[in-house]
Amino acid sequence: MVTEYKEGAAGTEYSKRDFKVVGTRPPRPDGVDKVTGRALFGADLTAPGMLHATILRSPHAHARIVSIDISGALALDGVKAVVTSNDFVKQGSSGNQDTLDNCMARGKVFYDGHAVAAVAAVSVKVANEALKLIKVEYEVLPHVTDVDAGMLDSAPVLHEGRKFRNIPEGNNANVSGYWEFGHGDTDAGFAKADIIVERSFKTAATHQGYIEPHATLATMGPDGRGEIWACTQGHYMVRDMAAAFVGMDTSQLRVTPSEIGGGFGGKTTVYLEPVALALAKKSGRPVKMVMTREEVFRASGPTTSSSTDVKIGMTKDGRITAGQAKLRYQGGAYPNITAMLGAMTAFAAYDLDAVQTLAWNVLTNRPKQAAYRAPGAPMAIYAVESVVDELCQKLDLDPIDVRLMNAAKKGTLSSYGPTFDEIGLVATLEAAKAHPHYAAPLGPNQGRGVSCGFWFNFAGNTSVSMGINEDGTVSVIEGNPDIGGSRASISMMAAEELGIPFDKVRTIVGDTNSIGFNDVTDGSRVTFSVGLATIKAARAAIKNMCGRAAQVWGIDADAVDWVDGAAVPMGHNAGEFPPMTLAEIAKDSAKTGGPIAGHHEVNADGAGVSFGVHLVDVEVDPETGFTEIKRYTVFQDAGKAIHPDYVEGQMQGGAVQGIGWALNEEYIYGEDGKLQNAGFLDYRIPVASDLPMIDAVILEIPNPGHPYGVRGVGETGIVPPLAAVANGVSHAAGVRMTELPMSPPRILAAIDGAK
Amino acid sequence: MSKIHVSTSINGDAVEYLCDPSETLLDVLRNRVGLTGAKEGCGSGDCGACSVELDGRLVCSCLVLAAEAEGKEVSTVEGLADGEKLHVLQQKMLEHAALQCGICTPGILVAAKALLEKNPDPTETEVRYWLAGNLCRCTGYDKIIRAVMDAAAEMRGA
Repeated sequence: MVTEYKEGAAGTEYSKRDFKVVGTRPPRPDGVDKVTGRALFGADLTAPGMLHATILRSPHAHARIVSIDISGALALDGVKAVVTSNDFVKQGSSGNQDTLDNCMARGKVFYDGHAVAAVAAVSVKVANEALKLIKVEYEVLPHVTDVDAGMLDSAPVLHEGRKFRNIPEGNNANVSGYWEFGHGDTDAGFAKADIIVERSFKTAATHQGYIEPHATLATMGPDGRGEIWACTQGHYMVRDMAAAFVGMDTSQLRVTPSEIGGGFGGKTTVYLEPVALALAKKSGRPVKMVMTREEVFRASGPTTSSSTDVKIGMTKDGRITAGQAKLRYQGGAYPNITAMLGAMTAFAAYDLDAVQTLAWNVLTNRPKQAAYRAPGAPMAIYAVESVVDELCQKLDLDPIDVRLMNAAKKGTLSSYGPTFDEIGLVATLEAAKAHPHYAAPLGPNQGRGVSCGFWFNFAGNTSVSMGINEDGTVSVIEGNPDIGGSRASISMMAAEELGIPFDKVRTIVGDTNSIGFNDVTDGSRVTFSVGLATIKAARAAIKNMCGRAAQVWGIDADAVDWVDGAAVPMGHNAGEFPPMTLAEIAKDSAKTGGPIAGHHEVNADGAGVSFGVHLVDVEVDPETGFTEIKRYTVFQDAGKAIHPDYVEGQMQGGAVQGIGWALNEEYIYGEDGKLQNAGFLDYRIPVASDLPMIDAVILEIPNPGHPYGVRGVGETGIVPPLAAVANGVSHAAGVRMTELPMSPPRILAAIDGAK
Repeated sequence: MSKIHVSTSINGDAVEYLCDPSETLLDVLRNRVGLTGAKEGCGSGDCGACSVELDGRLVCSCLVLAAEAEGKEVSTVEGLADGEKLHVLQQKMLEHAALQCGICTPGILVAAKALLEKNPDPTETEVRYWLAGNLCRCTGYDKIIRAVMDAAAEMRGA
């Protein structure tokens, strides 16, 4: 999520230094728990007296709820509580109300799988039997699931009478958002072009595809105090939402995050947690809820699908004279800003005199979209990078040279407004050009694709606290669920700053009562923001420890410095004292003023944008239309890789999710508006045998906004693969591909159509 | 319906349980025996997160009825380490940073162990096809494949 991006707003944090711990590859602190099966994920906790709850979901894509009769369910032996939308509190903000209505339909169901009621019972089996006894009378309404169809005047209206802000005349009532970005005179720019390519592209909705289904365990007593255990990317978000929906003070609800089995943005909102809490409140018993995989597909995530027109003009030597994109996204039945992010990112890789992007969000009868890794960017950049590739092809120009000629750099006025500070796009492109992959020969039916990618990165609200223990070790508490190794990188930054070994630090993710507020683990923000707060918490502890040493030495605290994990006098004038180590200071802390701790709270800024370039070689079988990924190399600017293994892991994982998006993955709806492939058999994510090794090349162009130069790395990696693979397939198949996924039948049809 | 009494062996320990006729081995492991290392990612045999060995054969425990374990030997991720000593595969998964969220890790480990018992010297392609039934959404499989290949090499040398 990007909400308050201000490039260059914080430029004074970074200072060059030699690292001792940062940049090494120690085993992750939660590793042994995870290889032995000891780690507790969302569905792994039980409580004494626990009930199990399941959800009744709409069989219709669009219907008015005339009535709900729960009496039959309540009468069944073993049923302890039933809730519907009547059991939740009306919300003050439309955003919260939409999220609540998505958790439990109010008045209307908007998609196949929309929750209507929930039952808590002594077992899952009894709860499911009870669901069959709930009588819902529906008035079925016409539905729409396609983005372009949703914009037609003839489309059924989802939210009758609801007004959305800043929608221009001429759009129908399903358009919930409209945005414009850009600068310069595009008409004049296109007039200067030697060649103009205009194309339309479509991308399918894809699911985040985390292997762990949503799961939660909630308790609430008659004293109004509650507890939630949940797999989530943000337990403070869960606390705030669930408390608001059930109508209690946030202080009375403690949320503890489980280990999280993947999220990719899909666990940045609530589905089950408020429902489990309401059932716990009504029944007076702990309530566990776990989604089935079918429910995950039908009712959580996915990302938006898109329909985009791109027009780019170029001179014959490769300079882009103007770019324009019109992006239409649908993200299901409730408003969202993903199309806006698409419009902001579409041309971000380029330094352009004239650029314009227009974006619409359209409401459709599909599940409420959730963030998915760089939300909005992959599909926008796919369309732009496909057209850039086609221009290079038509002008017989090298695609990396053209991108270098037009690349955004420090001082570039970006296509979405801010002026870029230090960025790594040029270095990343140069690394790709110089890599042996780029010069390797291609075989028959093979093609090579190139694409740039971009993500803003987010910073945001962050709290970190650390205690200096009497044995010279350090306990760190952070408040962001560790989704890919962040406890390792946070421990490393604490150790680096304090000047102690990595294994003297243990970092845990605390519950909502442990430390101050934290934004959700999203926007590639954790290594940046939590790292920044950890470094500053360490500096606070160091200041305290220097004061203790000064006290013992009888000198001024300002005359004490911190070097290699010990207090030292600052120069000869301060006096001659041997270094006093962290362990020595900690051991005597009771005598020098009590416990030593450091903490830092900040609404961080200066996340620093991240660029990547992907190279892929594909082979297309002209007989079957099947695409094989032959070779894949990722180049990405990490600012500074704290733990390079996990930076590479983010780059590799993002690339493979993007490959799935390009080749296989899609939400398939029937004429009846029902999802037809709600399972991993028919919604096919990449498996090990689909892939080669994914080479990862880390570039380090320091981010001025972070003390160690860190940039977020989690999201950029999913942005380039869509266009990189599409460009490779287009070259291999000899025909420009304009719709994702590029499934074998679609590729065959394109080959046949071009004959 | 009355429950079925099952006597089985789990990770070498004799275990008895009562289960419903419709209950899966995964449900019993997780909910009755208290072994939550095997995970339910799909319940339909598509993701491999619930992989266990049943008499030495790699199975998705979500597709096996709990009653079928009668008289058999069940091996789960919890049985992989020997006390404080990690199995080579576990050690190599850590060394290669072959996990991010870790939800697929137990299934991958059990499946990889089953592979190396059959084929101590697999090619990369053989490892990739053997693990094709174990979905990982985080890593892109690169580091997992390297970890398994490295473990195989070390186990052959040992």
